[in-house]
Amino acid sequence: MNELSLHILDVCENSIKADANLIEIIVTENIKDNLFKIDIIDNGHGMSELTLSEVSDPFFTTRTTRNVGLGLSLFKMAAEMTDGNMVISSKINEGTTVSTIFDHNHIDRAPLGDIEDTIIILVLNEKDIDIYYKHTYNNEVYVFDTREVKKVLEGIPFTDYTVIEWIKNNIKEGIKTILKEESR
Amino acid sequence: MKSLDDLKKIRDAAQSKVTMRGKNDGMRVLVGMATCGISAGARPVMNKFVEMIAENKIEKVTVTPVGCIGECAIEPIVEVLQGEERTTYCRVDEEVAERIVNEHIIGGKVVLDYVIGKYRL
Repeated sequence: MNELSLHILDVCENSIKADANLIEIIVTENIKDNLFKIDIIDNGHGMSELTLSEVSDPFFTTRTTRNVGLGLSLFKMAAEMTDGNMVISSKINEGTTVSTIFDHNHIDRAPLGDIEDTIIILVLNEKDIDIYYKHTYNNEVYVFDTREVKKVLEGIPFTDYTVIEWIKNNIKEGIKTILKEESR
Repeated sequence: MKSLDDLKKIRDAAQSKVTMRGKNDGMRVLVGMATCGISAGARPVMNKFVEMIAENKIEKVTVTPVGCIGECAIEPIVEVLQGEERTTYCRVDEEVAERIVNEHIIGGKVVLDYVIGKYRL
């Protein structure tokens, strides 16, 4: 996977399987501290301590179709390649948090990529989940929250393609704006 | 920036439409979106479907991400469901997605070049 947003999509699929109805994706970039951080926080059914200890092992998976599970292992590797790390914490019936830290200027740090495409796919999921996305670049902040969008939509489904287009553009331009504001 | 006011306009336009897409109404396109699918390129494929269906104003087709169906080696896998009929496509890229929309979803003819039987291991 050559974009961090693909890893985010992958991890969020775990949250959806865990019956989360809210996923928070927090991206924090701080150039001064050379920090690129991604937190994915869900309110799904969580994991036991035993599962938690095994979860980033590539030969651990909960699925039954085959006996490898690479999602978290690949994400962890992507972080460790940049001298970063991954910390997973989880509580049964409360949810799971996956925090990954990267060195911002490391040559092996993959770009975030098309995060709007990731969010669209999460929004189109059959289960009704809310997505909160917060992107901080130094002092500038962009926030996207499906709960706010829902309030405006008054029952019009997200599957309406004009809505999808609006979401895509909102996120794309929102992030572009915070990057531009900072470079002034 | 696309503001909430724009979204309100979209809402009002959508409300005036007579037909609303139901969840399980009509044709369904399922795109495998587990680790195997994502790393093989399922995300741009899914977005291609969404875009093309919007562009062609095709009603009653829903595109949904799903998990792994167990044939990771031939991902990205796309299933097209219509009534009792299920067509499984494999090794789908954006070009193939375009063909599936044009030939299968619009034209009603299965794209035989990419159905799963072609890649029986």
